Amino acid sequence: MEIRPILATLHKHKLTAILLTLQVAFTCAIVCNVAFMIIHREQHVSLPTGIDENTLSVVPVRGIGKDENPWARHESDLALLRQIPGVESAVAVSYSLPLDQSISSYGVCPTQAALDRAMERMSLKGTGCEQASMFDGSPGLLRTLGLDLVAGRDFRRDEYVQGQKDVAVAIISQAFAHHLYPGESALGKTLHIGHHVARVVGVVRTLLSPVLMGKGTDYDTMIWPQLPNDSGVEYVLRSAPQDRRRVLDAARAALLKADPSRIIDSNRMQTYSQIRAHYFQRDTTMIGLLVASALGLLFVTALGITGLANFWVGQRTRSIGIRRAIGATRGDILRYFQTENFLIVTFGVVLGVLLAVALNLLLMKHYELPRLPLWYLPVGAVVLWLLGQLAVLAPALRASNVPPVVATRSM
Amino acid sequence: MFGYYIDLALRSLKRTPVLTTLMVLAIGLGIGASMTMLTVLHVMTEDPLPGRSAHLYKPYLDPLPLKYTPDPLGNDPLNNLTWPDAMALLHAHRATRQAAMAGGSLLVWPQRTDLQPFYVDGRYTTPDLFAMFGVPFVAGAGWSEEDAKASAHVVVLDETLARKLFGNDTAVGKSVRLGDINYRVVGVTADWAPKPLFYADASASLFSDSDQFFLPLSVAVDNKLQINGNVSGWGSDGVPNNWTDASTSWIQFWAQLDTPAQAAAYRQFLVDYSAEQKSLGRYQRPPANAKLYTLMDWLRHENLVPADVKLQMWLALGFLGVAMLNIVALLLAKFLRRSGEISVRRAMGARKRDIFVQFAIESALIGVAGGLLGLGISQIGLWSIRQRPDDYAHLASMDPSMLIVTVMLAIIASVLAGFLPAWRACRVPPALQLKTL
Repeated sequence: MEIRPILATLHKHKLTAILLTLQVAFTCAIVCNVAFMIIHREQHVSLPTGIDENTLSVVPVRGIGKDENPWARHESDLALLRQIPGVESAVAVSYSLPLDQSISSYGVCPTQAALDRAMERMSLKGTGCEQASMFDGSPGLLRTLGLDLVAGRDFRRDEYVQGQKDVAVAIISQAFAHHLYPGESALGKTLHIGHHVARVVGVVRTLLSPVLMGKGTDYDTMIWPQLPNDSGVEYVLRSAPQDRRRVLDAARAALLKADPSRIIDSNRMQTYSQIRAHYFQRDTTMIGLLVASALGLLFVTALGITGLANFWVGQRTRSIGIRRAIGATRGDILRYFQTENFLIVTFGVVLGVLLAVALNLLLMKHYELPRLPLWYLPVGAVVLWLLGQLAVLAPALRASNVPPVVATRSM
Repeated sequence: MFGYYIDLALRSLKRTPVLTTLMVLAIGLGIGASMTMLTVLHVMTEDPLPGRSAHLYKPYLDPLPLKYTPDPLGNDPLNNLTWPDAMALLHAHRATRQAAMAGGSLLVWPQRTDLQPFYVDGRYTTPDLFAMFGVPFVAGAGWSEEDAKASAHVVVLDETLARKLFGNDTAVGKSVRLGDINYRVVGVTADWAPKPLFYADASASLFSDSDQFFLPLSVAVDNKLQINGNVSGWGSDGVPNNWTDASTSWIQFWAQLDTPAQAAAYRQFLVDYSAEQKSLGRYQRPPANAKLYTLMDWLRHENLVPADVKLQMWLALGFLGVAMLNIVALLLAKFLRRSGEISVRRAMGARKRDIFVQFAIESALIGVAGGLLGLGISQIGLWSIRQRPDDYAHLASMDPSMLIVTVMLAIIASVLAGFLPAWRACRVPPALQLKTL
């Protein structure tokens, strides 16, 4: 295919061609970055929590009277809850579950020396110590949540303490074990937490923090054998997925029947799936908007290409007729317009790739987005080439159907 | 002539109905999305207390030890004051008015038997808050300095809570139990909540929270009432809930300063105070770290607009930009295709200006239609934002100024989109085109 005549024609329509090139360039730059953001968010939204999400429901209860021994009340409540048909098991936690936004975190050091260093610097940074979120809960927590114990054992009954007291043992997540004791087994090691120490007796595969910071420490978590001993408590129920709503309502009725002087907000009784959806609500909205705007941009660009090609075909009907009359085949005409489009999109894509990188740098600066992986750029280019060819196909076919006889007619 | 051009433009647009519709749709979507996000940004950055905000200032002191390393992800402990610092500023009386405050949630025990106890959010404060922020009262008033000094058990309720507890009876003079203490109601405020609730701790939902009760800060401290918000400690003994501690920050402090000279004097006072504390050995850092924020500066410092909202705005503007480029290119091609018609009109005596006006009107028509569509789309967009659970969502609606901005944006967009094609079209020389016909 001879491209010199095409370049000559484009030169004649310089302004229009430049505008279309710019449009392709901006679309390429924006769509590459938007696609990257969509995938980035999608990974964020699908982070595993390590628990059996679709079997769990949560009932937050807030006592309002003065209670001398809240744990005794929670224990009798749990006995009631376990009798509800469909409830496989039930535990009480103070307030923390993965992604429920109620966090309690501690600086934890692997050795006394590291702890002293951290105290001296008043910072955990560079001392070997890590900040970790803590979960508490009544016996049976691991089984109810469906946590996967990869080493060691669950807590023994005599290891539990009531309320926020120092614990002698702890179970930690595998990620936290790797961060604190790289290359070693964490079992039997001591955690130095402020003024007290706890021995690691178990390691669970995955347990996500209640709040995500996005700094690679979201899986640094530990479980302490503390029995909730506050007037406020959350009961976690395990049941078959389809029973969750019914179990929640039954639980509320049973708890209020046992003691009406407490607050059980029915809006805060949730299945775990709702807690998760709520945590990522903004991200899922954002993903929807990003997808919509990427599709919208591609559509508008395709529209621009089709519209412009249509005008050009109309404008050049006579010259197409002449070319056909002097021997050009339909294929020649079709390829002419396809090549023309390919050239414009190529100019646009080259410029667009540069713009995409620039836009990414800007986003990295203002929105803490990571660097755009380079393979997005060729993929974006191919998408735009395909889009361009698709958009130009109809007008180009129309052009190739212009009969040679047009050349002999006056316009 | 104008009517004739409109007629010509409509004919021309009707010749390519699909393309015209799509152009209007593209510009409408661009304008609609941009205006939705600009409106959200506008309501989130509005002045929460027009008329008073210019005189309200927030002192910022630095009592942190030298070797304290702030957590880059955490909240700045200096956003709040410690009890000793707040009391020192309060008792110095260097501002026209000043108040120290903190948020809290308390359990209300209604006397009506048909109501279960429930939790409400409110504020513990020193008495100047009411006059300084201009809180409107419907009955009674705030409490006096003497009440504050005596830690009297008095409370101001907002109208909603007063009505809920006492129906249509007057609440003032009645007794209400909050937590474990009975308080005497001394005033009822109208339902009042600046958007954002600038004086609250950053952890609050600043766009949706409001204070349903106010009670003396001294009562809260004496009785260790529960505090909402960030409590940051940096003492070595690490007793977090000791609220009168010199290394625990949790109090918000605001001052009213009426003139720039007064503000400058107050800024100097803060530096002098820090220097004094340093010489006493309590502060370790340079006294020049002390700052005085104006209300609007403070809101900018707090950066209340979520990054996602800004990103959505740029996305919308980017879409509008691409849609505009698209329309310019299409109109250009469309107008130049009519070079023959243009040159005939030029040859018959139409001036360049006439051609320009004719085509400018055609593109303006697309712009106006797109702008109207955009206005509709932005209303739908704002409606959908109001359905979201974000705390700013309920504010998302257009005020008259944003309506005007929308219309302006539509006009500017269409003029920009039409200018280049119309200008190019009017430069088509008459004779040359006639020859080729």
